[in-house]
Amino acid sequence: MILDLERFTAVSRPHWDELEMWLDGLEQNPDRGFSDLAGAQRFYYLYERAASDLARLATFSAEPELRRRLETLVGRAYAELHSARESGDSRWKPLAWLLGTFPQTFRKHLRAFWLVIAITLVGCLFGAYAVAHDAEAKEVILPFGHLFGSPNDRVAKEESRTPRELDGGKSSFSAQLMANNIRVSINALALGLTWGIGTIVVLFYNGVILGAIVFDYLQAGEGVFLAGWLLPHGSIEIPAILLAGQAGLVLARAVIGWGERVSLARRLRAIVPDLATLIGGVAVMLVWAGIIEAFFSQYHAPILPYAVKITFGVIELGLLIAWLGYCGREAAGKAAP
Amino acid sequence: MTTTAAGRTHALVIRLPEGVDFSLPLAGPMTRFLARTVDFCVEIALMVTIGKFVAFLQVLSRDVGLAALVLLYFLVPIAYGIGCEWWMRGQTLGKRMLRLRVMDAGGLRLRFSQVVMRNLLRPVDSLPAFYLLGGAACLISRRCQRLGDLAAGTIVVRMEKFEDADLSRLGSEFKFNTLREQPVLAARLRQAIGPAEANAALLALLRREQLEPKARLDVFSALASHFRSLVKFPEEVTADLSDEALVRNVVDVVFQTKRAVT
Repeated sequence: MILDLERFTAVSRPHWDELEMWLDGLEQNPDRGFSDLAGAQRFYYLYERAASDLARLATFSAEPELRRRLETLVGRAYAELHSARESGDSRWKPLAWLLGTFPQTFRKHLRAFWLVIAITLVGCLFGAYAVAHDAEAKEVILPFGHLFGSPNDRVAKEESRTPRELDGGKSSFSAQLMANNIRVSINALALGLTWGIGTIVVLFYNGVILGAIVFDYLQAGEGVFLAGWLLPHGSIEIPAILLAGQAGLVLARAVIGWGERVSLARRLRAIVPDLATLIGGVAVMLVWAGIIEAFFSQYHAPILPYAVKITFGVIELGLLIAWLGYCGREAAGKAAP
Repeated sequence: MTTTAAGRTHALVIRLPEGVDFSLPLAGPMTRFLARTVDFCVEIALMVTIGKFVAFLQVLSRDVGLAALVLLYFLVPIAYGIGCEWWMRGQTLGKRMLRLRVMDAGGLRLRFSQVVMRNLLRPVDSLPAFYLLGGAACLISRRCQRLGDLAAGTIVVRMEKFEDADLSRLGSEFKFNTLREQPVLAARLRQAIGPAEANAALLALLRREQLEPKARLDVFSALASHFRSLVKFPEEVTADLSDEALVRNVVDVVFQTKRAVT
């Protein structure tokens, strides 16, 4: 019991003020950390002392302000002491993240990615089957009006366009593509919360559209046009959507918690950084895909030969596979115990 | 640290390994919806203001200007939430106005990935309209979490504001108080009397002129009896004090000391 609160406060206040000063410094510059062992020990002493003062003050229920101040101090100090922090310079490095963290995270959840591929392929088969057996299916399945007609007519129309016709709207078209695709990706991730049902629906529907278009153009003998049209941007855009689906399924697995004995909160806590990394990488990929789709994919032969477009798309796909499959392997190997 | 959510009080009790525990008052769905409404207005204002500047780009190139507008309308709602909560340590302008703050559910430091996730999962929470799903999740959840909070491992707490009691409104009657000369008794009073009881006594004193004479006697008699039941007062200290004077002196001791130390 504290008999003389004024004296107790007068003695303890300098320590609380010192702890607050430490905390302000650490919070303003989270990368600073403790400069030496003595500093860390001093901080720990101040934290322990404040916690002890708080325990003693608990008997004084008529002192809410003082108690609240101490609670805030102890809570902040606890967060600083116990939050996991990487050793060394923990500042975010975009290049290291892009070439290391992102591909590593992708590979960490590879099983979810294979499942995403499987769902999309089932959707593709369904879309192709529907178009093959029902002439009206295209209008129901496909979201864009310019794909409803005959592929041969569209190819003829695209190949007769002059470069001038394509000017004047590429930037805004690119921006619309980026915004729309990133929105779809965010939805694919977010719908993982519905035990993955929403994510599966999004992936399946994307597969249906893709299957319907591919089958329609192949059936019409426009395979080269299709490859030249889709590959330059699709080789990045489609995998990006698949990666967003992968993030959605990772989230779904954590929500469901198959075979895991830890609580939902701990399961989710464990995957949140991975989800943020995956969706960040997806956004980067979709920005690139949006630029390519607006400024490159819309040009067809004879303006831009199909061989050039297809080669470009294949190179992109190869680089993507190398990036996601091999980047960061060395760093991950070193980090492993 | 272990955390438990206290049922109806909507408070998250945090127990430190040092054996100390304290509670964080959780924000309810209505307060959070109001904060979100303020943020929505801020986002609209931001989009209109930046949009006016971006419109100048259309003078140079209509296409580039349009592209900038499309990206602006897409990015502002996402970037506003993430940027504010990260740089303003868990607060947006709406949350700051309503004294709310996003925190890690375990009392640890808020991570950037948590801020990103809780903001990206808004579309699910806002289904089918007006955050009905998120609101329902808040009502059901023990920690009053919307789905985005649940996935990101975050909670939204109320930053309570404690104001010192304004004893000057009681006039200059506290000049003489025999209880002040009894430090042990004063310490016992501060220990035994809770904030709710102290505030009730203070309010009774502030409104005493509005009471009927009999009601006034009854109220202060009840309060004085209650305080006497909590702490044993020495005869010589309370001998000549009326019930109202005793309550007044008790309030003075409880609040005056608090003012002196904070």
